[in-house]
Amino acid sequence: MATKSLHKRESNLANSNRQLEILSNGIFQNGELPTFKNKITETNQFPLKAKKLEILQINVGYMCNQVCEHCHVDAGPDRKEIMTLDTMQQCLEVIKNTGAHTLDLTGGAPEMNPNFRWFVEEAAKAGIKDFIVRSNLTIIRANKKYYDLPEFFKKHNVHVVSSMPHWTRGKTDKQRGNGVFDKSIKALQELNAIGYGIPESNLRLDLVYNPSGAFLPGDQASMEKDFKKALKEDFEIQFHNLFAITNLPISRFLDYLIASENYEDYMYSLVEAYNPKAVANVMCTNTLSVSWDGYLYDCDFNQMLELPVNSKVKHISEYNEDLLEGRNIVISQHCYGCTAGAGSSCQGIVA
Amino acid sequence: MQKTYYNPADLRKFGNITEWDEELGKKFFEYYGKVFEEGALTAREKALIALAVAHTEQCPYCIDAYTKDTLQRGVTKEEMMEAIHVGAAIKGGATLVHGVQMMNKVNKLDG
Repeated sequence: MATKSLHKRESNLANSNRQLEILSNGIFQNGELPTFKNKITETNQFPLKAKKLEILQINVGYMCNQVCEHCHVDAGPDRKEIMTLDTMQQCLEVIKNTGAHTLDLTGGAPEMNPNFRWFVEEAAKAGIKDFIVRSNLTIIRANKKYYDLPEFFKKHNVHVVSSMPHWTRGKTDKQRGNGVFDKSIKALQELNAIGYGIPESNLRLDLVYNPSGAFLPGDQASMEKDFKKALKEDFEIQFHNLFAITNLPISRFLDYLIASENYEDYMYSLVEAYNPKAVANVMCTNTLSVSWDGYLYDCDFNQMLELPVNSKVKHISEYNEDLLEGRNIVISQHCYGCTAGAGSSCQGIVA
Repeated sequence: MQKTYYNPADLRKFGNITEWDEELGKKFFEYYGKVFEEGALTAREKALIALAVAHTEQCPYCIDAYTKDTLQRGVTKEEMMEAIHVGAAIKGGATLVHGVQMMNKVNKLDG
């Protein structure tokens, strides 16, 4: 189990250019597999273009209390990139005026940003329809100062989306660290106790499943059924929906694929499962990702690969929704992760 | 000619069998796909049966494919191993139950 980020370990994969090189070399360079650009060209879907903005996703920092095996953010306690109050203020200006119906806060553990609560309070006032916080659950049990987070979320009608790789302790702890399963269960029970995740409740609690290794997620609806049955039987836990998300071959997951000699087979699996219908609804076409320092990206993955939006507007301070609409999406081979099978996005399947 | 009978990369070429007999190949894959659809049994249950049979058939391609398939369906390694034991028990039982035939013969010839 990793305890340090790639950045802290000074791994050469901490360098986004190195990751992009790997994704363009080898099997994609020698033509064994088609590049993503060639693949979507076959189905007349190149260039991918941004449609009307629906989801504004803001990454408030890479610091996290966990060091998950496959984190695409390379997050951990040793990451110091944290959104400042100034950048938050610039984001709030955008949130007040955006046409997006969903605001999605992510990290790291977003709750670890010292101004997180202030930001949520201010953002909630903007009255956006769906306000998501991606919480890793264990943060709620990590320190006394976080114990009241469930009540805080409830007060601001925050939609909680949490990672839960499996309904068994063994598989969860292997991926997310020892003790994560028990803490997550406790946190879910606390959320349930105040009304989150109960069938008729409007306090939304969704779980995210992503595979624990070099394989693709199974059918989202079947997995949801299995998760619901097991969590209810074993722990009396309820939740609304399960989002099945594919691991993208970047950052720590790419490092894992290479170290375990699964990289080529995994890329084959992604390319073989390519689904043009998923391309049509891929999340970069309706989402914009804002980094901790206020720069704009087509998605959280491009943010980690440091591939900025292809637009005159590069930073939240110069934000202009009209100018960003219709921009060409920046792509590389990692994009196959969002178009495999039923597709994958931060909201689960797309096709 | 390759030096081993089995090559993991050949699994990806399974579909190529239709090239030399399109009609039968296509019918087979259509049937195969239908068998594994959600039915009275769930797709997950079918995958576990396939995993057990893959072992009793000792087909390396099938073991490769259905280990991955069951993992994708959230099956745990404990469940996988139990499924294989079911296959092994039937294999072992099938051998041993013939012991009765042997006993009958001995009793007849030398009783």
